[in-house]
Amino acid sequence: MSEATTGKQPVITPTRIVIALCLAAPFVAMLWVSSYAKVEPLFAGIPFFYWYQMLWVLVSTVLTMVAYKLWQRDQRARKGGDAR
Amino acid sequence: MKDGVNGVALAVFIFFFLAVTVMGFLASKWRKAENENSLDEWGLGGRSFGTWVTWFLLGGDLYTAYTFVAVPAAIYAAGAAGFFAVPYTILVYPLIFTFLPRLWSVSHKHGYVTTSDFVRGRFGSKGLSLAVALTGILATMPYIALQLVGIQAVLDVMGVGGGEDTHWFIKDLPLLIAFGVLAAYTYSSGLRAPALIAFVKDTLIYVVIAVAIIYIPIKLGGFDEIFAKAGEAYATVNPATEKPRGALVPGEAGQWTYATLALGSALALFMYPHSITATLSSRSREVIRRNTTILPLYSLMLGLLALLGFMAIAAGVKVANGQLAIPQLFENMFPDWFAGVAFAAIGIGALVPAAIMSIAAANLFTRNIYKDFIKKDATPEQETKVSKLVSLLVKVGALAFVLTMDKTVAINFQLLGGIWILQTFPALVGGLFTRWFHRWALLAGWAVGMVYGTAAAYGVASPTQKHFGGSSAEIPGIGEIGYIGLTAFVLNVVVTVVLTFVLKALKAPEGVDETSPSDYTADAGDRGVDTELPKLGASTH
Repeated sequence: MSEATTGKQPVITPTRIVIALCLAAPFVAMLWVSSYAKVEPLFAGIPFFYWYQMLWVLVSTVLTMVAYKLWQRDQRARKGGDAR
Repeated sequence: MKDGVNGVALAVFIFFFLAVTVMGFLASKWRKAENENSLDEWGLGGRSFGTWVTWFLLGGDLYTAYTFVAVPAAIYAAGAAGFFAVPYTILVYPLIFTFLPRLWSVSHKHGYVTTSDFVRGRFGSKGLSLAVALTGILATMPYIALQLVGIQAVLDVMGVGGGEDTHWFIKDLPLLIAFGVLAAYTYSSGLRAPALIAFVKDTLIYVVIAVAIIYIPIKLGGFDEIFAKAGEAYATVNPATEKPRGALVPGEAGQWTYATLALGSALALFMYPHSITATLSSRSREVIRRNTTILPLYSLMLGLLALLGFMAIAAGVKVANGQLAIPQLFENMFPDWFAGVAFAAIGIGALVPAAIMSIAAANLFTRNIYKDFIKKDATPEQETKVSKLVSLLVKVGALAFVLTMDKTVAINFQLLGGIWILQTFPALVGGLFTRWFHRWALLAGWAVGMVYGTAAAYGVASPTQKHFGGSSAEIPGIGEIGYIGLTAFVLNVVVTVVLTFVLKALKAPEGVDETSPSDYTADAGDRGVDTELPKLGASTH
């Protein structure tokens, strides 16, 4: 996240903030256990507690993918900007 | 377990094992080795692994008897509390995404092969490097022990071995067989065999999961039925402890434990020597990030497997040793031949990671202890010999854990390893981002964390044993029950920070840092970055 490249470009940019949020979101969601420690609503007979966490596997995968794409773009822009 | 040997299942099981063994020996011909006696060849498979092989290797490390036996068993025993493994694996990927590319870059720039190499290069401290190496080897042992327990559970259910009243040799026979197969196997083929077999293993596992997840719930009357029955079973009060067996959803008191176990396990996972080996063998820094976008699929599989614990209850599986719950469920629900396939999946799924883990621990010993402290001018043949020998010793250590600890809560093996390996986090991850920490402070923090963690774990009693009965204890100052590993880690960080201030004020020598800031962002193709890591044996300093 904070892999600062040398040069005049700012270290913190809107893109990087979005990347950081994408990576931090699963921590907030998963460590806040009381937000999902309940049985209702059921999904296909599975209590909320279980299907919600399984759903987060997919959500976090999407978030990581977004972070990856943004990071790639960020790096490409930077490489173009500072010639070695 | 039940009545005698399940002949058909055993035959299918043995068939797969033999097939895999033949593959193992053929593996040495796969991508022909230049020199079979070099450590590089035996320990890193010649470093010729591309993205896909790396992915399978990494997946093979992460999803093991832990996934198939220990987690469902924890659910079977106590319900919701065991499901922490799912958030744990969710949290692993953002962490990998953030930390490991930096480790890849600096390692490929300076030729580091282990975390100890990096720590020594960064902090100029042999003592700290030794501490990291020893911790890695120690923490791997209970993790391998967990795999042995997994293989043993399968053999037990198939009727190999006996009940409580039989001769000790017959009773422990499955364990001894498991140990023998694993040892022979790793010793002869090194990392090449596990990499090839990982494909077979993953295919088997996917087939078994797909069938188990569709077939068993249908046979049991759907998830409504399964959770209703499980809910009833958990509500039953245990006369011995006067507490209910478990719950479908963690209560207030269990939530801290749940969250700290998930976070602590996630922080610990990629510190293990075998995870690092797999990561560093990938071709470029981008490959690591790309992998973090596909690896979570494994987590979904883990979640589905965890639900098998509930199914075992609904199916009326009654076993005293929770580890046998899933193998027993398979035996009850599947036709014998498919039960055999499922058992082979579990067995091979435990064997491959155990081999990878013991090889990684052995490499760590050879490179950072044997070469650094014992015999500086060792020849490649000597190194390979030492590594092979140590890989055996590591497994003997694992066996000691199996024999002395309570096998009925196997998930504790992994959590105990986590308590230890987490104490190397400040030096490794801290070092990846900053050189601010003082090397002596890191060493002191590590020591405090190790002592506190071990002592606290020693003090946890369970109904079946006085010491090392669990991995959670009261967090001092907060009063909630939490994962000991995480508490020890926080203590470690506090000691490190405070002592760093003190040592800096005293102007204690900082040690030489051989890395520079740009090393941490270098990628393949940049000047001075080797796509291939140097030979394990080759000295880089």
